[in-house]
Formats: sequence, C-alpha cells, structure tokens
Amino acid sequence: MPHDDHDHPHSLLPPEPALRVKALETILTAKGLVDPAALDEILDTYERKVGPHLGAAVVARAWSDPDYRARLLADATAAIAELEISGRQGEHMVAVENTPETHNMVVCTLCSCYPWPVLGIPPGWYKSDAYRARAVREPRKVLAEFGVTLPDGQKVRVWDSTAEVRYLVIPMRPAGTEGLDEAALARLVTRDSMIGTGLPTGPA
Amino acid sequence: MTRVHDMGGRHGDGPVVPEPQGIVPFFEDWHRSALALTLAAGGLGQWSIDTSRHARECLSPKDYARFSYYEKWIAALADLLVAKGLVTREELAAGSAAPAPAHPKLFRAEAVGPALAKGSPYTRPGPAPDFEPGDRVRTRLPARNTLVPGGHTRLPAYAAGQVGTVILRHGAHVFPDANAHNLGEAPEPLYTVAFSAADLWGEAEAEGDEVTLDLWQSYLEPA
Repeated sequence: MPHDDHDHPHSLLPPEPALRVKALETILTAKGLVDPAALDEILDTYERKVGPHLGAAVVARAWSDPDYRARLLADATAAIAELEISGRQGEHMVAVENTPETHNMVVCTLCSCYPWPVLGIPPGWYKSDAYRARAVREPRKVLAEFGVTLPDGQKVRVWDSTAEVRYLVIPMRPAGTEGLDEAALARLVTRDSMIGTGLPTGPA
Repeated sequence: MTRVHDMGGRHGDGPVVPEPQGIVPFFEDWHRSALALTLAAGGLGQWSIDTSRHARECLSPKDYARFSYYEKWIAALADLLVAKGLVTREELAAGSAAPAPAHPKLFRAEAVGPALAKGSPYTRPGPAPDFEPGDRVRTRLPARNTLVPGGHTRLPAYAAGQVGTVILRHGAHVFPDANAHNLGEAPEPLYTVAFSAADLWGEAEAEGDEVTLDLWQSYLEPA
C-alpha cells in the first residue's frame, strides 16, 4: 500500500472514537466482512479464557519440575504447548529465567508485542509511550515505579521484542515455598512478574 | 528518517502507572469492539501482521501521539480496508454500506477458537545463518528499510550503528521489511543480539545492564 498518504481514509470516520468504531462495525457487518458471532467469540477468548493464569501455570510447573524447567528453557513453545497453551502472538516463545545475577524485563519499543497466549491482552501501561520509551534506557527507574528495587550486583537485561519472538520471564521462586504444590505456587505468580516489572508475591 | 512509533530511549515521557494484576479488563465498550473488529477483519487474510504494523506506523505523528492504542488500531484498520479495496471512502464517510453477501474468506465464529489457538508461525525454510552465538555484530546505520524508502523496518533508531553480541538464533523468519510492502516473505536468519546499555545510552543505570533486540541478518555485519 502507498504510505504517507496524507489524506488518510480514517479521517472520513466520525472524530469520536466510540462512533468511529460503531461506523466501522456497521460497514463491515453489512458488507459480510465480519461475522458478528466471531466478534463475541474473540472477546470471550480474551475476557474469560486467556490470561496470566496460564503463564502462571507454566512458571509453577517450571518451579516444581526440574525436567520441565529444562524443556522450557530449551524450547519454550513446545514446553508451553505441553500445558495445551498456544496461539496468536505466542508462536515463537522464549523463556528467560531470573537469577541472582540477572533480572529480565520485556518491552516492545516499536509497537506493543506481547505474549498473548500466556498473559492475555497487555495492560495499558505496557502499551504506553512512557513504558515503550523508558524501559530500555532506564529500566531501574521504571521498576521503582512498580515498587521493585533490585539488589546490588543483579544486572538488568531488557528484551526489546522487535520480531515475532515472544518472551516469558520465569521469576525466581520465593523463599519459604518449599511445601507448596503447583496450584498454590501459581497463585504467587503475578502477570507483572512474568513481564519482569514485578516479583512474585510471598507465601501467605 | 525515523517514524513516530520508534520511541525507544526517548526522553520526556512521564511515569509508568501500574495496574491491577490478572486478566486486563476493557475500560470502554468501544475498546472491546476495536479489538474484536481488528482481529476479525485480520482473519480475512488480506494483509500480514507486518502490513498492519506499517499501517499504524504511517499514521501522521500528530495522530499517532494523540490517538489511544485502540484508536490507532481502528484508524489503521480503516486505512487498510480502503487500501485493499474492501471498503470505499464513501462508505467510511457515510458510516454505512449496502448489504452484501459474506466474503469468501469471512472469519466465522466457529473458526475463531482454532485460529487463535493455532496462530501463524513466522519461521520459514531459508538461508543458513552467517553468525553464531558469541559473534560480535554491528547494526545498520542509519536504521532504514533498504527496499522501500521510508518503509517498514524493525531496527529501532536507538540500536542503529551499535556493536553487540549474538546470544540466540531463531532460524529463518519472515522478513518484515519486505513482507510489509508485498515484496514477498524473503525469509532471513533471525538473531537475538545483546548490547551493553552503556554503549547504547552513553552510561548505564548500573554496570553490566544490557538490552537485547531481535534482528534479521541483513541488519547486521561482522564487527
């Protein structure tokens, strides 16, 4: 398509966002370009089925099962599929493990690429200009805004998702969780801890 | 030479505001519709993810800055629908269209679950990689699409002309610089390259901090 068409067709739609979307929905439905039932199905997927509880199950399995952890680090897409988790924006997964030496944090500076099958749709802050601009240059200041301060000597590695590879951070297992089963461990794993802007919650 | 979306490292943005954990809710009804419409229309298979990213990047800097996330999606979707001849300017202006039979590639409700769970892999048979983990490589300077002036590229300006170390190889992936412009998938070896934050920014927040990027082979030369 030609780019830099300064007479963008979108400007023909009403200025108010809700009306713009409504107009487009009306046109697409009338022209047989969109199935209204498909819209409901898509929303049901991302409002109810797919979310960070899925990524948390992967992390909890990795914490509990050393063989699974090894498979996850070697081929995350396949290891995640063992839990019947797969799909759009998670076709090429890489798991990156936090250690006492390295804290990992994920961003997409160019758009807002995010591992949807394991985390769901991205939170607003992940898509914000502030996060996209700052995460690569001053990750520690950004972490502080999430209430996270890293210990001295732990380096930060920020993963800018510039291709179709999607990153899942495997946070460090909190101390004092030795007796917990996978389901209990998964409840400690927050969405932000799998993006790298948070840490898992401690045992209750 | 850069576009407005290429904002990595930019100064002047405010704080990042955390949100509650869990599944992210939609804050407006039209956000729900914008997401669903964009995915459903994408399901027609008339454009690639690279083309849709480029459509968003081609919003004017003024629109890109003032539009919220889902407004960008809707604006780019409208532009793509017209560019592909699926919707006319007149229909956009009227906000309505005459009824028409279902498009042969209509993304139907029953296909949604399987399609979302399957995704679209981007690996392809392609050339063998020239680099291996541990190799030092230098990125293109300036960051630009060498096939199409002003075209889509995935090398951010902040990482242009920098020397880093290959840490991962991902096989050959669809090359966005070509695919976004209907020049074919032109698969190339894809790498993850780690850069010292001190090299990128002049000084790092802490010694040893790094930034990694996923970069196609033609963005790189031996260093």
